[in-house]
Amino acid sequence: MTVAVITRLADDVPRRTLILLGILLAALLVAPWIVNDYLLTVLIVTLYSAYTGQAWNIMMGFAGQLSLGNALYAGLGAYLAAALFTDFGIGPWIGFLASIPVAAACGAIIGFLAFRFGVAGVYFAILTIAFGEFARIGFDHLTIVNASAGLFLPVAQYAHNDLWRLRGDPTMFYYVILAATVLAFVLCRLLLRSRIGYFWLAIREDEQAARAVGIDTFRYKMYAVVISAAATSFAGVFYAFFYNNLFPEQVFNIGRSIEMILGPVIGGVGTLFGPILGAFVLNGLAETLNATMSAVGLDLPGAKEVFYGLCLLFVILALPEGVWPPLARRLGFDKGKR
Amino acid sequence: MSALLSLERVSKRFRGLVAVDGVSFAVPQGAIFAVIGPNGAGKTTLFNLIAGALAPDGGSIVFAGEPIAGLAPDAVCRRGIARTFQLVRPFPALSVEDNVIAGALLRQHDVGTARERAQALLRRFELFERRYQPASALTLPDRKRLEVARALATEPKLLLLDEVIAGLRPTEVDRMVAVLRELNRESGLTIVMIEHVMRAVMALATRVLVLDHGTAIAEGTPEAVVRDPAVVQSYLGAEVV
Ligand SMILES: Nc1ncnc2c1ncn2[C@@H]1O[C@H](COP(=O)(O)OP(=O)(O)OP(=O)(O)O)[C@@H](O)[C@H]1O
Ligand SMILES: [Mg+2]
Repeated sequence: MTVAVITRLADDVPRRTLILLGILLAALLVAPWIVNDYLLTVLIVTLYSAYTGQAWNIMMGFAGQLSLGNALYAGLGAYLAAALFTDFGIGPWIGFLASIPVAAACGAIIGFLAFRFGVAGVYFAILTIAFGEFARIGFDHLTIVNASAGLFLPVAQYAHNDLWRLRGDPTMFYYVILAATVLAFVLCRLLLRSRIGYFWLAIREDEQAARAVGIDTFRYKMYAVVISAAATSFAGVFYAFFYNNLFPEQVFNIGRSIEMILGPVIGGVGTLFGPILGAFVLNGLAETLNATMSAVGLDLPGAKEVFYGLCLLFVILALPEGVWPPLARRLGFDKGKR
Repeated sequence: MSALLSLERVSKRFRGLVAVDGVSFAVPQGAIFAVIGPNGAGKTTLFNLIAGALAPDGGSIVFAGEPIAGLAPDAVCRRGIARTFQLVRPFPALSVEDNVIAGALLRQHDVGTARERAQALLRRFELFERRYQPASALTLPDRKRLEVARALATEPKLLLLDEVIAGLRPTEVDRMVAVLRELNRESGLTIVMIEHVMRAVMALATRVLVLDHGTAIAEGTPEAVVRDPAVVQSYLGAEVV
């Protein structure tokens, strides 16, 4: 079974791609022993954005449905897992299991409203923003999770890393988000190369033509939204236990949704490696900027956002496919069939 | 022979314009049926009604004994009707092979099996060598062939072809005619084709329907239809037969 999955994964991947992935994974595995605490935090944030970008990519990159409200699903996962933990002492993994149906149901409601009533393209994007905003305002008044005052997880010094309760040092969090990113990558690859993946791409490319070959576009778009939502909710659970505090104003902020799409947009929408590469490019450059600014003693609030904007502008103008597709061609990594 | 597809007084209006006006005809199982007529006669609209892209304003469409008028296009395809688009619409960023696999996966749930089926079709339509190219890189005649291959990949009982021969070079016309005849003979595939290239119509069709301004002005064997004065006047007169 495992062997079958691995052969299927490696099936017609060029050898050099496998080697590159192997080196990258090895580097990421040993990273905590090499980098300092600050850089480790940067890596955690980077992998978080790679993971959320991968989840967003299922909806937009594969099925062609532009969501600008994925913070909603992360927020639901975060609040649900945090509330279960603080109020009932229920651990985050059970919290995640509970958040899957909740986030999926929310995605399904949005998807149903949009796809049943022909809300597409920009209007679909606006609908996803609207739901994110509903949640932000709703949670801001939801007293059982402390409304705008915020929800806090108990923070204490832990002698040991407790993986089951996600209490521990940054190294533990690093490996958790690394594992999630790897799993998301593998899952996306399996999805993309299966029946559902072909149907998604067909829908993305031309919905009418997809229907003409018998694809139930409503159903497959629903699958994309639901899977993307459920996957994104895990990021929220992670966020809650890593930061230990949740404010609706931050968690459901549209800025979070935008951050989730930057990685894949910069790396390459619809590609498997784009969200990962994009996350590293973006966070790497942002940290370089940060370091340079503090070295010269500059403190400009909002500089990061402006910088993100400039990155986006550059990619849209100069590399409309994102950084990865041209790079992959240059390096000869596109020799596989897809 | 029983009719695989039959239309009874089917109509479609676009605001003031009656694009299809009470058209009735029946296509027997295993036939190659041609629909001809001048530009704007309503031929493509008729296909859109059969394929579910448009719902008729009146009349009935029966396929394999069941009414299909008003069904969604994907539902119509799943029942066994595949169509091509006059203005071709392959999945542009997907490879030629993936385009056909996407069609084959309707009946073959396994990607490997679907790929084998797709490759067999690509060989048949002489696209096998180009299978890894993105569909957007193909020439128009190749894209037309790709559309036919993708439609066939869904294993239809009835294939609707909207001007897949117009625009091909003469040698390509002959090859397409040969492939369509083969498909029809081998598997009993029923074909309804809209076509302006009379040479192909005469070579392939067992029956011809002539549309003009949304109405059926003649129906019969190709030989009878081209001698029909009404047809000659409205359509063929302008062309060199
Ligand atoms: N969606 C639509 N909305 C409004 N009018 C339409 C629509 N589709 C077709 N028409 C009109 O209906 C008439 C029939 O068009 P149709 O495309 O069916 O003709 P056709 O016989 O396929 O012509 P051609 O040989 O040029 O392809 C035309 O006058 C066309 O402008
Ligand atoms: Mg037409």
